Amino acid sequence: MAEPVLSIRDLRKTFGALKATDGVSIDLMPGEIHALIGPNGAGKSTLIHQIAGSIRPDSGSIRFLGQDVGALGVAGRARMGLGRSFQISSLALEFSALRNVMLAVQSRQGSSFRFLKDVLRDRSLTEPAMAALERAGVAARAHVPAAELSHGERRQLEIAIALALGPKAFLLDEPMAGMGPEGSRTLTGFLDGLRQEAPILLVEHDMDAVFALADRISVLVYGRIIASGTVDEIRSHPEVRRAYLGEAA
Amino acid sequence: MTRETAIGLFLVAVLLAFPLVASALGEPFYITLATRMAVLALAAVGLNLALGLGGLVSFGHAAFFGIGGYVAGILTSHAFNQEPIFSAPFEFMGSDQMPVVWLFAVLVSALAALPMGAISLRTSGVYFIMITLAFAQMIYYFAMSWPAYGGEDGLPILSRNAFPGLNTANPLSLFAICYGLLMVALLVFAVLRDSRFGAALLASRQNATRLAAVGIAPFPIRLAAFVISAAITGLAGALYADLNRFVSPSMLSWQMSGELIVLVILGGTGRLFGPVAGAMLFVMIEFVLGGITEQWQFFLGLILLGVVLFARGGLVGVLAGKVRHG
Repeated sequence: MAEPVLSIRDLRKTFGALKATDGVSIDLMPGEIHALIGPNGAGKSTLIHQIAGSIRPDSGSIRFLGQDVGALGVAGRARMGLGRSFQISSLALEFSALRNVMLAVQSRQGSSFRFLKDVLRDRSLTEPAMAALERAGVAARAHVPAAELSHGERRQLEIAIALALGPKAFLLDEPMAGMGPEGSRTLTGFLDGLRQEAPILLVEHDMDAVFALADRISVLVYGRIIASGTVDEIRSHPEVRRAYLGEAA
Repeated sequence: MTRETAIGLFLVAVLLAFPLVASALGEPFYITLATRMAVLALAAVGLNLALGLGGLVSFGHAAFFGIGGYVAGILTSHAFNQEPIFSAPFEFMGSDQMPVVWLFAVLVSALAALPMGAISLRTSGVYFIMITLAFAQMIYYFAMSWPAYGGEDGLPILSRNAFPGLNTANPLSLFAICYGLLMVALLVFAVLRDSRFGAALLASRQNATRLAAVGIAPFPIRLAAFVISAAITGLAGALYADLNRFVSPSMLSWQMSGELIVLVILGGTGRLFGPVAGAMLFVMIEFVLGGITEQWQFFLGLILLGVVLFARGGLVGVLAGKVRHG
């Protein structure tokens, strides 16, 4: 069997008496979409933050591309190839869509301590950024400030930024959130193809999308993975039905 | 050419024409006034890099302004008195040459900014403002209590520093030097802003989380901006000392830090020509209103209030409209 791209072992994080992450282990294999589902307050966001590097776990290990990334911060992990999209769009709002993506291209190309060349005239930045916008379907809005984009367009821009990083794994936190049915369907189709490029750890509330996309699903409840398996296994898992699907489906 | 560029070029043209006309009319005082505008604008260009582009509200930039001033004063006084500043490992007599003084002013300000920024930038918001203020106050009180260089009485510069090929005692020559350096600083600001470094710095102000998520750590970018910013303000301090032929702890005071922030806000935060507009406006207000009433700062306060409430983009913002980042 191939090596996992992302391997999380026995991760623990408590806030006071609350065990937000209680011994979580997850693997992300090459070419797969691994969905992480769970009710509100299950600790999905805390887990994502720990993987991305913005929250430090109390114990446990996170290995990415075979390397322990525990000592790396957010920027270091992103440079290694962890492409992240945020649950709530997080963009440089004064910048145009294009310039938001150009930041990712700039990071991928190396040091930002370059002081002379005008970025807007640097085709090594603008062209890959434009290509990423095209793939995400927002190229027509490239020169519009992010603040003036619609909610759905901002979600697409988030995806374009993640694409431009040329990541080795995607960490997508509710990419469908707030999108209409049409937008969700388009994005589902898009993510379906994306797994060939890099595996996706997908946190998502849209169960139609999860069941359509996921190769494997892990169910997080009260900071623990209570079940992990294929779509069918999860659908028929009694504990999952009781804890989660019973109230959602 | 954008409207903002046109307005900016008009402003620097006016700033250049003003002392030339004053000189032709035989009114040297107005040349000094224009020189003051240019020097304060230069100091504010420095602050604008940190405050305007990086969103780093430094309430301690007087420290760098004053350090630049003291570097000029100390180097000059040693050169004048023929006393070495230090004699081991080699003898250093100070200097009365402007380029040498500038080099030291820039280096010493940058060196001071490095630890100050490294510590202050671990905080943000009000804490950042307070820590930068605290650092500047430390240096202020140090200067006050350092009798070797005048303490609270300050340090006079008996003979203005020299510049090769120019007579710096001539007010117009001194203006030309200050104006030239201001133009260089504006060019540096514009190039930095449009570079990759500038893109990262602008993004760090808008959304540091996003910047980190694409793999660019905000801290080193901010620290570099803070140091470059301090170096430019320090250079202005050296010129200010030469202009007044006097350095005193007041250059290091928190009022001076506040004045620099006021210049940037008046002109337009983050705008290339904002500091030029701000300094011209500020010096004009000071001169015109100051001639009418002792309480001119009250009216300055009113104007500032108006700008903050109704014209967030400052003078440049009012005239040129909102910023568009490509």
